[in-house]
Amino acid sequence: MRREAPQKIGDYAPLFFPATMLIVFFVVPFATMIAVSFFQRQQGGFYVPAFVLSNYERFLSLFFANVLGFSLMLAVVVAICCVVLALPFTYLLTRMKRKVQIVWLVALLSVLSLSEVIIGFAWSTLFSRTAGITNLLVMAGIMSEAKALLPSFGAVLTGMVYQAFPYTVLVLYPALVRLDPTLTEAARTLGASPVKAFFTVVVPALRNTIVATLIMVFIFALGSYLLPQLLGRPQHWTLSVLITDQAIYQSNMPFAAAMAVFLVLVTLGLVALTVMAGRKGEAA
Amino acid sequence: MSGLALTNVTKEFGSFTAVNNVGLNVPHGTFVCMLGPSGCGKTTLLRMIAGLDLPTSGSIRLDGEDITHVPTHKRNLGMVFQSLALFPHLTVGENIAYPLRIRSAPKEEQKKRVDELLSMIHLSGYADRPVSKLSGGQRQRVAIARALSISPKLFLLDEPLSALDAKLREAMQVELRQLQQKLGITTIVVTHDQREAMTMADTVVVMQGGEIRQAASPMEIYRKPADSFVADFIGQTNLLEAELDSTGRALVLGQPVEGIAFKAGMTKATLSVRPEDVHLTAPGARALAGTVTFVRDLGGTIETFVDVAGRQIIAVSTPRARPDVSVGQSVGVVLSPDVCVVLAR
Repeated sequence: MRREAPQKIGDYAPLFFPATMLIVFFVVPFATMIAVSFFQRQQGGFYVPAFVLSNYERFLSLFFANVLGFSLMLAVVVAICCVVLALPFTYLLTRMKRKVQIVWLVALLSVLSLSEVIIGFAWSTLFSRTAGITNLLVMAGIMSEAKALLPSFGAVLTGMVYQAFPYTVLVLYPALVRLDPTLTEAARTLGASPVKAFFTVVVPALRNTIVATLIMVFIFALGSYLLPQLLGRPQHWTLSVLITDQAIYQSNMPFAAAMAVFLVLVTLGLVALTVMAGRKGEAA
Repeated sequence: MSGLALTNVTKEFGSFTAVNNVGLNVPHGTFVCMLGPSGCGKTTLLRMIAGLDLPTSGSIRLDGEDITHVPTHKRNLGMVFQSLALFPHLTVGENIAYPLRIRSAPKEEQKKRVDELLSMIHLSGYADRPVSKLSGGQRQRVAIARALSISPKLFLLDEPLSALDAKLREAMQVELRQLQQKLGITTIVVTHDQREAMTMADTVVVMQGGEIRQAASPMEIYRKPADSFVADFIGQTNLLEAELDSTGRALVLGQPVEGIAFKAGMTKATLSVRPEDVHLTAPGARALAGTVTFVRDLGGTIETFVDVAGRQIIAVSTPRARPDVSVGQSVGVVLSPDVCVVLAR
């Protein structure tokens, strides 16, 4: 592999294609969105080029601060739940026979093929009073009568964790497969029970992977706008729901764009903080 | 009995028998090397002693206590893996302190023990380095120190030196043996390197096909191999067919040799003769008649290849006792009976 810096313009040629794709499909739309967020809205759903800050001003209210806070909190909780569930699951999965692993991975991939709408309606049925899982509990004699488990925060959380879980497993899987199995064996010979070995060796050795997975699920969960509406009450609606509402139903593109820009900035800030904290921890 | 005792230990993986009915006593404080070609079951046996694999049948006792089904982490042992398995997220000091941390030893005690071990392995002052910044030999020492930090009852090493280059390996063999003698700890090493086994072990256990072929001191293994596999595997040897003729005389490669003592009832045997025990003379009645086919002069030793009745015999001599032979010359090969080991064929 060549190590020296590119000398001529031609040396940059391999970058042309990805750079073009990135510009056409990311930089241009994002720049448009930033521009629109400063435009003046007109009655009737249109907007004209201008430079006004009113869209951002409107956002700086307690109501939107609450929604933003709730969205971030929900995404963090979803990310933590997913990683806490997926890490031991994937660890055990990588220690199973190849055939068993394939069956599990195919099942997880088939969950990925479900759309958010189907996941939402499936869970709303499962959590309903008339046809939900509480009926099974009643039959088993655990509950006295069937009740609806939605709309509620728990239902939103369950739906979103269910949706993000396969991604989490698939991101963790390669790192866990690569993890030297003699590390855990060594920990056991040195006096650690299997559970202790998992927490003192596997988890710390995978620190960077775990942080990266948390960030990925966090961002994934932040974009979810259907499940909170299907499974939650209005106070469980995320900023993504409001952005969709403004952009599509209220036809207020400038305000929707302003909220989206704000969400991106806050997210980038949080991710940067996490990465910096990770660096610091490593240096110490 | 103090020490390790294996009784009828068998391990099957499906229809494959990795270890077949092995019995072995390792008295307290001895250094045992398990030696054999790859796939002979030596690593599986070590893993069963460590508790990482469970035997299909048989029992393992340590100091009189049956530990066959005691989980690994309760066996109080130290093990060094072929890959070393140093924890990448911990520093040198933290790696060595790991067994103490797991047992919730007080912080000051951990630090004291780490300093002690670091000076023992000549790495004082390395406690805060990440393990990734160490050389191969240094990692090796850290893995050994980590395994010894709780003063275990049993010290197990799985091909510990295979990743090192030849020179460092020889130095580490001596160091490991000296360390073991100083600590008086029962040690079992798995290796496929016979020099390593001869350097370090009190007892060499030669394994093949999941069975122990011979367990004895290095010299006894070399001088009195139990069978032709052991004779051939340890060092270089000439394996020659011999039989008794109708008058009860011993024939080696069809030619009579005086004084070879067959065991009662044997009519066929294999003779094992070390190359350094083969002497070449002028052709005569008391020697096998042969022809020199090749002379290899290695400086320190000279190997002479002699063809006797279609079989090749190698004779090794030092330059001082250099035989005056050249390729194509007829020579006599003298096999004195006291250096011929008679093995069943």
